[in-house]
Amino acid sequence: MSDRGRFLPLGAAALALALVPLFGPPSYVMHMAVQILLWSFIYTAWSIMGRFGLVSLGHGAFLGIGMYVPALLWNLYGVTPWLGIPLGVLLAVLSALVIGWPCFRLKVVGHYFALVTLALTEVARLSIIAARDITGGSLGMTPKPVPGGHSWWALQFVDKAYFFWIGLGLWLFGLWAWRAVDRSMRNPALEAIAEDETAAAAIGIGVTRLKLEVTLISAALTALGGAAMGQYLQYLNPETHAGIGISLQIVFAAIAGGMYAMLGPTVGAVLTLVLTEALRIAFGTTLIGAANTIYGVLLILFIIFMPRGIVGLIEERLRARGAKA
Amino acid sequence: MAEPQPMLALDGVSAAYGGFQALFGVSLTVAPGEAIGVVGPNGAGKTTLMRVISGLIPPRQGRIAFEGQQVGGWPAHRIVAGGIAHVPENRRLFPALSVADNLRMGAFVPAARGRYAERLAWVYELFPRLKERQHQLAGTLSGGEQQMCAIGRALMSGPRLLLMDEPSAGLAPVVVEQVFALVRRIRAEGFTVLIVEQNVRQMLELVDRAYLLDVGRIRMSGTAAELRANPDIQRAYLGM
Repeated sequence: MSDRGRFLPLGAAALALALVPLFGPPSYVMHMAVQILLWSFIYTAWSIMGRFGLVSLGHGAFLGIGMYVPALLWNLYGVTPWLGIPLGVLLAVLSALVIGWPCFRLKVVGHYFALVTLALTEVARLSIIAARDITGGSLGMTPKPVPGGHSWWALQFVDKAYFFWIGLGLWLFGLWAWRAVDRSMRNPALEAIAEDETAAAAIGIGVTRLKLEVTLISAALTALGGAAMGQYLQYLNPETHAGIGISLQIVFAAIAGGMYAMLGPTVGAVLTLVLTEALRIAFGTTLIGAANTIYGVLLILFIIFMPRGIVGLIEERLRARGAKA
Repeated sequence: MAEPQPMLALDGVSAAYGGFQALFGVSLTVAPGEAIGVVGPNGAGKTTLMRVISGLIPPRQGRIAFEGQQVGGWPAHRIVAGGIAHVPENRRLFPALSVADNLRMGAFVPAARGRYAERLAWVYELFPRLKERQHQLAGTLSGGEQQMCAIGRALMSGPRLLLMDEPSAGLAPVVVEQVFALVRRIRAEGFTVLIVEQNVRQMLELVDRAYLLDVGRIRMSGTAAELRANPDIQRAYLGM
């Protein structure tokens, strides 16, 4: 199928989605929709590198940096998020560079790469807690609200529709970035690196540089997603937005949805959020921990029986049917 | 006869993996248009020699000059762009990529991208079998076809010197014959070739000159005919 043929339905769907807030859906539905869009963007950002065997557990750090930098600059110095967000993204990219460059130079791959990046996530979380005078530590923090709650300068909106449109824009931007990586020489080159790094180097692929490029792209997008999430939630917490927990959530959702397909991470976001909500409603405050346990078991099953995720499985089925026909 | 300016010249090159030294002061030259063999038993340092020339590991000591330019310590992608291509041991194709994508990756260096289409057509002409199989995953090729694909992939960067590491390794005897026929065709196309091999007998029929590498040192060198006539070589490698 041609690219245009594929993007036409997607464009129509996006346009239809953009009209949704105009019908005034219930606040809860809008809240879920915004969350799905923003997490879809973040999971897509992770998968842009994850699909090449670069499994990072450091994305909690990029998310946290992207979230905290604009909030801190706003609260401490009144700097608009329009400046704070790019600075946060830049800082996340720099931290990805500091971790990624030595790792790729020294051929730290696979589990070892995951562990190094895991350390980065913890450094970010602990730093936020340690700076409790300005970040509120484990209690979290709230960006200073503007009077009336609606301001483009502060990127604060009472009406969820604004964040819906921002989320929709980011999500589409994430899909575009995915395609951009796919359409350049980077995609087969990164696949080649994932299959056999030495052979890739031997035939002239600049392994370190390519891995670094895709890592920096992924970190930048994740930080951007974090920033949007922080502006939307108006509440930042190191445990839920910067630690190991969030890193694992990103990895699990991307794997469950299918990190090798463009829409896989999006499916992962829908799945995990709907599942979380369903379990929360089913168990409520009784049997605390049951929801998390079920969530964990399901994810283990996914990883064992559906390593290419839901979208991967669907693609496989379709291909099998196509081959038979 | 005047010595031509060598295309590749190694002068006292040593190389090591961590604390383990694999090459000790190796010197050799390859003139333009020559086919040079390096023979030696397992563990002699043959693969290390290939890797140090192609930039996969840096030399500890010594100088490596390619067409008069010092290239020792350059990263591998710069060496490829400079005109040296490496056909690694055991082919090392990307099994989950198609034959066409494997070839495409051979032209990854920016200098080669502009001439990608032209070279692809030429590689397909050289190896029509690869054209037939272009959409197939490289992992599903037979051993001989894989070697063809690995050579084609190396040629895609437009090299002037081709390094071949044990092209016959792991292949059935009849396929080994085919692979050596491929190497002859590459030679006939005018490429300069440096081959390391354990298969000494067939290799000496293929190359102009050869070096004997043993435990990281060059023990002997000469024309193929000289080495074939050498009693030590005959006893140790030719089973005579």
